Amino acid sequence: MTNTTEKNNGEVIIEVKGLKKNFGHLEVLKGIDLQIRKGEAVVVIGPSGSGKSTFLRCLNLLEKPTDGDILFHGESILGKNLKIDKYREKFGMVFQLFNLFDNLSVLDNVTIGPRKVKKESKEKAEERAAALLKRVGLGDKMDAYPSQLSGGQKQRVAIARTLAMEPEVILFDEATSALDPEMVGEVLQIMRKLAEDGMTMVVVTHEMGFAREVGDELVFMDGGYIVEQGNPREIMANPQHQRTKDFLSKML
Amino acid sequence: MFLGFNFSFLEKYSFYYWDGLKVTLQLSFWTLICGTVVGVAMGLLRVQNHKTLNVIIDGWINFIRGVPVMVQIFIVYYGIATTLPAFWAAVVSLTVNSSVYIAEHTRAGMQAVNKGQMEAARCIGMSKFQANRYIIIPQAIKNVLPSLCNEFILLIKDTSIVSVIAVHELTYTSNTVRANTFLAFEPLIVTAVLYFIVTYVLKKLVGVLERRLHAHD
Repeated sequence: MTNTTEKNNGEVIIEVKGLKKNFGHLEVLKGIDLQIRKGEAVVVIGPSGSGKSTFLRCLNLLEKPTDGDILFHGESILGKNLKIDKYREKFGMVFQLFNLFDNLSVLDNVTIGPRKVKKESKEKAEERAAALLKRVGLGDKMDAYPSQLSGGQKQRVAIARTLAMEPEVILFDEATSALDPEMVGEVLQIMRKLAEDGMTMVVVTHEMGFAREVGDELVFMDGGYIVEQGNPREIMANPQHQRTKDFLSKML
Repeated sequence: MFLGFNFSFLEKYSFYYWDGLKVTLQLSFWTLICGTVVGVAMGLLRVQNHKTLNVIIDGWINFIRGVPVMVQIFIVYYGIATTLPAFWAAVVSLTVNSSVYIAEHTRAGMQAVNKGQMEAARCIGMSKFQANRYIIIPQAIKNVLPSLCNEFILLIKDTSIVSVIAVHELTYTSNTVRANTFLAFEPLIVTAVLYFIVTYVLKKLVGVLERRLHAHD
């Protein structure tokens, strides 16, 4: 618990204020307010279509919010003079369908960001990439191509690719939903390790065990709103809202 | 004599074929280069999703596709580029024609690359230009190569049409042989075999390139 208290005192790095997102006439996000502190693992759960993924994609501007504001270190990211590429560099994202670069080897997948975006030397980038790949247990797959990997291996490469950019925050968009059951564990284990190492993470997931054990903050979304939010164990043990109860009773 | 056919004219007329083949190859070469450059550029502009630009490019593509090549050649040679030598008028009109098809192949090839690839590239901080250069275009090239090869073969065969503005390419010269020898079948069979050899070699070359690009799949 001391750990959580420490984290709760951490500096707020992302502040979401009244965030709304429409797709045409469809309102997906209807006003989201949330603070994300440094070193915190925020887990977002909720039924399909509740706006979890859209919320995540708004955070790194893959979707442009319709209304509201997002502050990063106190500065709005929706301003006109924001350098969007510079901002995105600080946000890693891990996708449900991995999205590894199919034309590049595993090693190049990890080094291309540092080399082309951060202008690191090839040697330096490859040295770090090798260390990262070893960390996710794929030191022997550096020359393989994405098509030769299993889903779990792909996702681990995707995590290494994200880490290579040394982001301040990593967004996980249902990172284990497309995996065969026996591969979910290996990816969750890496995510858990990252959280323990103090990485700031926003995790959209259906893995309730992970949410309870690793999350510092649990956010339950439904119908474009945050319905309930707080300590994962407390919410799971004692949900306050009927919709949270219904959802959890189906999931647990 | 060969199977009852008379190919003895080749002794006297083979240089006609060589001269014609040379012109056909030159025509094909220049059209292929110019058509690819113009077509790929047009296709890349088309996927930028700029509204006015899309209307203009689509209109142009539809117009050119709807007009016979021979009419296009006449329009360029007699109507627009009247001071241009026939050879270059032919290159211009064949470029215009093939570039619109190449543009469509390019567009399709770019759009066939999974949307997640662009998102992932942008998420590690790449600009749109970098993402296109390092991630999208290399994959699009793999996608378009087979249809591009097909297009190149069509292009080579289309060069035969420019004989109508008296460019002395293979079809034109073999027609001359036909007229001089009073033979109909044999001279044209030689022409057909020569076209076939050129297109077949091209197909084989593209095949080698394709296999190299797909080495990792």
